[in-house]
Amino acid sequence: MKLLGTERVKRGMAEMQKGGVIMDVINAEQAKIAEASGAVAVMALERVPSDIRKAGGVARMADPRIVEEVMNAVSIPVMAKARIGHIVEARVLEAMGVDYIDESEVLTPADEEYHLLKSDYTVPFVCGCRDLGEAARRIGEGASMLRTKGEPGTGNIVEAVRHIRKVNAQVRRVVGMNEDELMTEAKILGAPYELLVEIKRLGRLPVVNFAAGGVATPADAALMMELGADGVFVGSGIFKSENPEKFARAIVEATTHFKDYQLIADISKELGSPMKGIEISTLLDSERMQERGW
Amino acid sequence: MKIGVLALQGAVREHIQQIQSLGCEAVEVKTLVDLTDLNGLVLPGGESTAIRKLLDRHQLMEPIRSLARQGMPMFGTCAGLILLAKEIVDYEEAHLSLMNVVVERNSFGRQVDSFEAKLEVKQIGADIPAVFIRAPHIASVGPNVEILAEYNGRIVLAKEGQYLGCSFHPELTDDTRLLKFFMEMVEDFHQSSLANSNSI
Repeated sequence: MKLLGTERVKRGMAEMQKGGVIMDVINAEQAKIAEASGAVAVMALERVPSDIRKAGGVARMADPRIVEEVMNAVSIPVMAKARIGHIVEARVLEAMGVDYIDESEVLTPADEEYHLLKSDYTVPFVCGCRDLGEAARRIGEGASMLRTKGEPGTGNIVEAVRHIRKVNAQVRRVVGMNEDELMTEAKILGAPYELLVEIKRLGRLPVVNFAAGGVATPADAALMMELGADGVFVGSGIFKSENPEKFARAIVEATTHFKDYQLIADISKELGSPMKGIEISTLLDSERMQERGW
Repeated sequence: MKIGVLALQGAVREHIQQIQSLGCEAVEVKTLVDLTDLNGLVLPGGESTAIRKLLDRHQLMEPIRSLARQGMPMFGTCAGLILLAKEIVDYEEAHLSLMNVVVERNSFGRQVDSFEAKLEVKQIGADIPAVFIRAPHIASVGPNVEILAEYNGRIVLAKEGQYLGCSFHPELTDDTRLLKFFMEMVEDFHQSSLANSNSI
C-alpha cells in the first residue's frame, strides 16, 4: 500500500536538505544560478525580504506565475511562502505542486491568532521560531521543518544567532531534565508536553532546524552551522550582493566545510560587497518581522 | 571494519547512526584524507546536483573512482544512486559513473507525490519499509546487474558486484536488513583483500 504525505515522508524531505543552502530567488534566471552554485532548494518569491521591507504595504504569496517559472527552471526542490494562517494561499501552493511551503513572517500575517494546521496537508511546511516554545507549537501544528526567524532582509546575523542559541540551549535543558519536570517546563514554554518528552528521548528536536534571517556572508553561514543549525536559508544575502554567483557558491562551500577556516578565508577573498545591512536597533517595532507569529 | 559516509550534504547522521547500531565504525567523509582506511562507502540521500558540485570543488571524484577500481563496496541511496549511475536520463553527463544502470531523476513526481511503501526484496526478505522522497528509479540495467526490488513495475533496488543502489531511504526507517546486506558485501571484500595481501 502506498502512503502519501506521512510524517516520515514530510520530515524526511527536510532531512535530505541537511548541510545545504536554500536560496531566495525571484525568477528562473536566479533559480538557475542558485542551482548551479549547489543550492539544495530555492524559495520562489516575488520580492526578496529586503525589498519587501522597502516596498512596505501588504506582502502576500507570490504570483503563481513566478512560482511556476521557477519550478520549470530547476530540478532541485522549490519552496514558496504563504502568509501565516492563510489557508487558501497554502492550498493553492500545494495544488501547484510546490515541494515545501514556508508559513512565513516575512509576509504580512493573514491571521493574528492562529497558524495553519499543517498536519492537514500533503505538502510539508517549514516555520520560523525564536525559542523552543514557538518551535514546539509549530511542530505540534504539523511543521516538518523549522528555521530560526532571525530578522529577515537585514543582512544582520545577530537575531539569527540569538534564536539558534536560545532554541539549542532550551533543548539541552529539556534533555537534561528529569521526566517529572517536563510538564511544568511545557507550561512555562507554552510547548506541547508530548513534544518535550520526545525531545528528551531523542536528545534533539524531532525535525530539522535551519538558520535564517540575516545570513549575508560565507562566514555568517559557517557561524550558524557552528552554532548547531542543520543548514542555512539565504534570503536577500545572495542576489542583493555585488556578485551573486560567487556569493552563492562561497556560501554553499562554507556551509559544508564550516570548520575549515582556511577554506573560508580563501573563498571569502575578493567576493565584492555583501548586501548592505541594517542595524537592528534602527528598526521600529512595527518593522520587526520576527514579532509576527504566535 | 570502517564505513565512510559521504558527508557533503544530506542524510548523513541517519546512515552513521544505523551503521553504528550494527556495531561498526562509521566516519564522515568530507575531504580526501577521510577516504583512507575505509572498507566501504555509503553515498547518502540529499540533493545530487549539490553533492556533485561539492565533489568537484574538492577533487573527490577521481579518488572515489579509484577506490571503486580497487573493488570497494559502495551503497547509494536515492541521490547516492544517481551519483553511482553510469547514465542519467536527460543529462549529458553522469556523475561517478560506476554502476551499470540508467536512472531517471524525480520519476515518481514532486514532493506531494512522495510516499512510503513495503517492498519484497530478493535475497533479503519481505515487508521492507521504503520511503520514497522525490525519488529516482532505475530505468534500465546492464548485463551483470541483479534487480532486487521493483515497485509498480519500476526498478528501485539493484546490485552490480560491489555496488548496491536504491531509489528509497532505508536510513529513515528502523529496518536495517538492507544495510546488513551491504555490510556482508563489505565483509566479503575485507576478507578477500586480507587473503590477497597474505598470498603476496
